[in-house]
Amino acid sequence: MMNRRGFIKKTVASLVALSGWSVLQHAALAANLVATDSKESPILDTLEGKKPLIKQTFRPPNYETPINYFDTAFTPTDAFFVRYHHAQIPEIDVKDWRLHIGGDALSKPLEFTLEQLRHEFETVEIAALCLCAGNRRSLFQPPVAGVQWGSGAMGNARWRGVRLRDVLARANIDKTALEVRFDGADSGILRTTPDFIKSLPLAKALDENTLIAFEMNGEPLPHWHGFPVRLIVAGWVATYWIKHLNAINVLSKPANNFWMQTAYRLPKDKFNAEQCDSQVSEITVPITDIVVNSLITNLTDGQLITALKPVELKGLAWDAGDGITGVEISTDAGNSWQSAALMQNHGRFSWRHWRYSFTPKAAGEYAVMARASSHSGMTQPLVAVANPSGYHHNAVQKITIKVV
Amino acid sequence: MRRLCLLLAFFVSPAMAGEESVRLKDGEGKDKVITQCGLCHSLDYIPLNANIMDKAGWEKTVNKMIKGMGAPIEDGDKKIIIDYLVSHYGR
Repeated sequence: MMNRRGFIKKTVASLVALSGWSVLQHAALAANLVATDSKESPILDTLEGKKPLIKQTFRPPNYETPINYFDTAFTPTDAFFVRYHHAQIPEIDVKDWRLHIGGDALSKPLEFTLEQLRHEFETVEIAALCLCAGNRRSLFQPPVAGVQWGSGAMGNARWRGVRLRDVLARANIDKTALEVRFDGADSGILRTTPDFIKSLPLAKALDENTLIAFEMNGEPLPHWHGFPVRLIVAGWVATYWIKHLNAINVLSKPANNFWMQTAYRLPKDKFNAEQCDSQVSEITVPITDIVVNSLITNLTDGQLITALKPVELKGLAWDAGDGITGVEISTDAGNSWQSAALMQNHGRFSWRHWRYSFTPKAAGEYAVMARASSHSGMTQPLVAVANPSGYHHNAVQKITIKVV
Repeated sequence: MRRLCLLLAFFVSPAMAGEESVRLKDGEGKDKVITQCGLCHSLDYIPLNANIMDKAGWEKTVNKMIKGMGAPIEDGDKKIIIDYLVSHYGR
């Protein structure tokens, strides 16, 4: 199905010719390239309609954004990361598409066309970070199996759509409602593969910042980002942001499937996170909201600075929506910390840019670190909290620059 | 194998452009890995996870594919696949 669409594949060689080595260097930085004898270097590859991105896997398509795209408040849609769990990704004809609302805990099943969604409910737009739970998995030590994401499995966008709670209000939810379950049109190759289905606790589903979105950065959602609609769960990791959404079920019992009860889980009591009580087991909990984090975006580890002039550091900070209180920078390996300047605030679910300038006093190596704190009271740890699936890597980043 | 053929009869594998460029290391069991693992996902998942998992790790991953993801891999093939992955992409 996909190859018949005639995907444009650009080779690394032609990319180098087009864009120069800097693109590849940025790609290597974002992917935290570790060269070993059998590890393949990340390559840039182009999905139809997209810029060249760092290819993690071809099928299902998992592509990360080179961090040189993180300079802007909103990540260009054609450079936005792509993550799928399954390889059957239908191209949806909106004439045939319906959003089905059902489940055992509502009394009035409904279905909507895209036009009905657009016109029968209040339209809202929020800026929100879409962050893969496994972003930066490749930084864990010891390494963790899975897609070896660098720092680019995230992006910030303006999402426009309707509130899920407004849509559910039409369906007469019962008092027995416990969870709301979401399914999209993508599926595995085999019938035996569990469909990618996620579920939210009722309160999160009814949050005013949980949307059924049909636009991204002012344009209709492109295919790779969930056309015609995807779920937006502002502040929670992207595993819940179901693409090609076509079924919503309100349930009186916990959703029982691989993707809720086996995958995307964390050891209990290791993270200070929002709760999903109906999905807690004896030893694990489902991953929920985003942890406080930051990223230096304009300098790379080992970068040479050729004069004793001011060095400008740029970066990003984000959290689950409590809001960033500050970003501290150390240029002496953590011995002392100074505040960075926070740039424009685009809303509490958006990432936030920051800047910091310092003038090296002498030639030598400088270990530069960035550490964000949130209104939740949380601050990035120096060491990431180990967990079997490699989620929530939010350790303070440390890069060394050489002033010569 | 019969079950696999029956399952395959219902689906056309949606290969993605570029994935034919993935080359696995030569060795016993490579063919089984290509046909069985490559049924549902591109083979770049394997070198992507090189040097991360030991024997127990690859066993866990292959078992996850069978029990969690519904891969119809028979016991004989499972051993061949695990041996190949450990030998060529093990930690």
